[in-house]
Amino acid sequence: MPRKKRVDRRKPRAKAAPPTAQLAKINVKVNGVQYSAEVEPRMLLVHFIRDVLGLTGTHVGCDTGNCGACTVIMDGKSVKSCNIFAVQADGAEILTVEGLARDGELHPVQQAFWEHHGLQCGFCTPGMLMQAYWLLTQNPSPTEEDVRRGLSGNLCRCTGYQKIVEAVLAAAEQMRGQQQEVR
Amino acid sequence: MAVSAIFGARVKRREDPRMITGQGRYTDDIKLSGMVYAMFLRSPYAHAKIVSINVEKARKVPGVIAVYTGKDLENKLGPVPCAWAIPNADLKVPKYMPLAVDRVRYVGDPVAVVVAESPYVARDALEQIEVEYERLPAVVNQEEAVKPEAPQLYDDVPNNIAFHWSISGGDVEKAFAEAEVVIKQRIINNRLQPTAIETRGAVAQYNQATGELTVWMTSQNPHIHRLLLAGIVGVPEHKLRVVAPDVGGGFGSKIHCYGGEAVVAFLAKELGRPVKWMEDRRENYLATIHGRDHIQYVELAAKRDGTILGLRVKAYANLGAYLSTASPGIPTILLGTMLSGCYKIPAISCEVYGVLTNTAPVDAYRGAGRPEASFIVERMVDILAHELGMDPAEVRRKNFIPPDAFPYTVATGLQYDSGNYEAALNKALELVGYQQLREEQKRLREQGRLIGIGISSYVEICGLGPSRVVRATGFGLGLWESAVVRVHPTGKVTVYTGGHPHGQGEETTFAQIVAEELGVPFEDVEVVHGDTAMIPFGTGTYGSRTTPVAGGAIAIACRRIKEKAKKIAAYLLEASEEDIEFERGKFYVKDAPERAKTIAEIALSSYLAGEGELPAGMEPGLESTAFYDPENFTFPFGTHVCVVEVDPETGEVHVKRYVAVDDCGRQINPMIVEGQVQGGVVQGMAQALWEEAVYDKDGNLLTATLSDYAVPTSADVPRIETSSTETPSPHNPLGVKGVGETGTIAATQAVVNAVVDALAHLGVRHIDPPLKAETVWRILKEKGIAK
Repeated sequence: MPRKKRVDRRKPRAKAAPPTAQLAKINVKVNGVQYSAEVEPRMLLVHFIRDVLGLTGTHVGCDTGNCGACTVIMDGKSVKSCNIFAVQADGAEILTVEGLARDGELHPVQQAFWEHHGLQCGFCTPGMLMQAYWLLTQNPSPTEEDVRRGLSGNLCRCTGYQKIVEAVLAAAEQMRGQQQEVR
Repeated sequence: MAVSAIFGARVKRREDPRMITGQGRYTDDIKLSGMVYAMFLRSPYAHAKIVSINVEKARKVPGVIAVYTGKDLENKLGPVPCAWAIPNADLKVPKYMPLAVDRVRYVGDPVAVVVAESPYVARDALEQIEVEYERLPAVVNQEEAVKPEAPQLYDDVPNNIAFHWSISGGDVEKAFAEAEVVIKQRIINNRLQPTAIETRGAVAQYNQATGELTVWMTSQNPHIHRLLLAGIVGVPEHKLRVVAPDVGGGFGSKIHCYGGEAVVAFLAKELGRPVKWMEDRRENYLATIHGRDHIQYVELAAKRDGTILGLRVKAYANLGAYLSTASPGIPTILLGTMLSGCYKIPAISCEVYGVLTNTAPVDAYRGAGRPEASFIVERMVDILAHELGMDPAEVRRKNFIPPDAFPYTVATGLQYDSGNYEAALNKALELVGYQQLREEQKRLREQGRLIGIGISSYVEICGLGPSRVVRATGFGLGLWESAVVRVHPTGKVTVYTGGHPHGQGEETTFAQIVAEELGVPFEDVEVVHGDTAMIPFGTGTYGSRTTPVAGGAIAIACRRIKEKAKKIAAYLLEASEEDIEFERGKFYVKDAPERAKTIAEIALSSYLAGEGELPAGMEPGLESTAFYDPENFTFPFGTHVCVVEVDPETGEVHVKRYVAVDDCGRQINPMIVEGQVQGGVVQGMAQALWEEAVYDKDGNLLTATLSDYAVPTSADVPRIETSSTETPSPHNPLGVKGVGETGTIAATQAVVNAVVDALAHLGVRHIDPPLKAETVWRILKEKGIAK
């Protein structure tokens, strides 16, 4: 049976021209450094971090908040920086993977990922490290179950998560030990 | 071979310090002065004629530099090649242009490209392009597509059949005539989206003065990409440099040649400015290759005692809308030749129809053909055991190729190099506590609990591969590998490998090989890969080939260096070469070990090259280039056992235990082996339980975001218990076999077998993956178990 030709008359109309963007001024502290910049209101925080500040350790794996590669700490909370506009970070304090190590010394979470083979291609790793870091600030003595749930917003396609989970548990132990020493 | 502490040690990876501190360098991290951004407009329809495209409004968007349509590029770029011309299959390769010219054939087919000062502006401009389409009926399913009334994708590919391939060995008719039992089963191997967390992308820069074009791209095989891009873009190969920096996972999807990267390279040349393009996730799901998507009709002939006599397979492979780089070879050569599995099957035949449909191109995804083969074999063995009332482990034991039969030639013609299948099976069963589990299963079943135990004994073909063999299958290139090992005057070593690891850790394991071979400290060895300007032609990382083939090349180069170094040592020590021994980086005189020269001393001497420093007439320097072409493939194997509990009310599958016993030959770094197995098992488990690329009947991809495509999270998956046996490859210089694809080749059927086993007493014989709760619940409801 010959089919009726379906000529698409809907799509060819172009959408309204984009409005000329007004720039907004923001002040953001990232890894202890104060930055001021003028950005388009629609600019995503992850693009601000990567393209404006040049901190390319924070990665983009989806832009729909699913993969968690862009996870950073904003004002003490773990956030997915692809789901936040840069203007929403005005006045905020942000920690990215580049700020985890202090004085050339790896953070225990980083050290544990290295020792326990918690990464393969390394692409999800910065987000995974930040989420693990945040998780341990919230719960210094997590069970394996806590770690698995706590990291479930961050996808890794390489490791099957096992060595990541082992690394986070080891980091927790290490950090508890350090706390003891301080006391 | 010298025994040292480094080969076989759980050395921490040297890739990691840069990656855990945010200093990794991926394609999207490259920012060049004057760089502009490309973005593709993609078809919203699965099948349509392009009536017209108006780009005028898009060109006027402030910040837009250029807009090109398929017609604009038609005579400027060549077609995207298909590089696996399988023989005797009546292969038809339709024209595959980087941008569609007058017709689109899948949702995501690119029709135009915009270049702008920022990616945001480029996206604005995409919305200003007006395309008039005349929609055509679409077909997404391969069995539908071969019917006479189906929409035709190409005028010159009747019934959408791109090829009809077959293989057979032994007397299949006789096997079925003599069979006491014949099992028939239709099996669907579900379509998957590879989902490297880093999407695909490229940055290109052209130097108009020198004519040099550099392309940084997400590639598993930069030299192959250079070769193919040179052809598409028309830049001489020696003026084209492809750099694959850190690559955020590939799983096969970054092997292939796509139009996007070629367009980016062209734009940089045409516009005289560096151009970047990165897919977003939706684009990645629409337009980067998918994997699997096979419908198989399988028949198994056996005797009532469980002896398998023959296997017959007829399959329909969905190839998508165009033939991607390796796509003809995946569902044919890599499937059909592996249908003997771990077993003595005297007669095997397989025919495969390769079918074009209005879906994204389908090509190699982790395992590539071998998971589809091992799924067939291991499912059929389980169904046979069920039919005969035998223990599935017993049926396997009965049919295993025995350890003393190697090298063993299977009915499909491959010669398996080495194996000890029963040892791996026994170890896995022991680790999981098989007998106890069976008793517990019986006990709990009486209480209404649904426990299942699934076994998967697999063998894979890896270390691709001997060039003469792969060329005979129509593959477009030999699959040897190159290595340069360069000992510097200070004794430090740089290795240049043609492999391009992207997560597999060979910067570490290759340094372990060199440290063992040359006896130099691990820290003194640097491994360089991924840049065509620095390394000899290499064929890349896929097919679990990097460790056996690229590693083999490195070992051979090291051994040649040692031969030369020994001559120099004899000269320096004024001894005869026969009296020189080597141990841990030192050459010494047999009867006077205090008379010794280190590799570093010899290296320096070889570069100084004066009288008393280098034998007269010998070439200065201490380095070697090796091109290693393996004499055979390698055949890793093992047994995985999965234990599940099925929720009788919801149909949800809980994986209670997962034991993996793998034999990849000698292990260079067991920690990395474990990581490869665990990650692969989770991907295979995901195919069994959750993941499925779904198109509606009009060709819309319903799983085009990570919200819809079910990649497992850390909360979804269990701990994987790993162990191993060690059966070295007899022909590989290092005895290694490769482990990158083990998990996906072994795991899917282990999980499916377990779920079917949990429901077997209800009369369930087979369920096609993914075994989503809904699927299982429907079965439980039909059987009167779930409400």
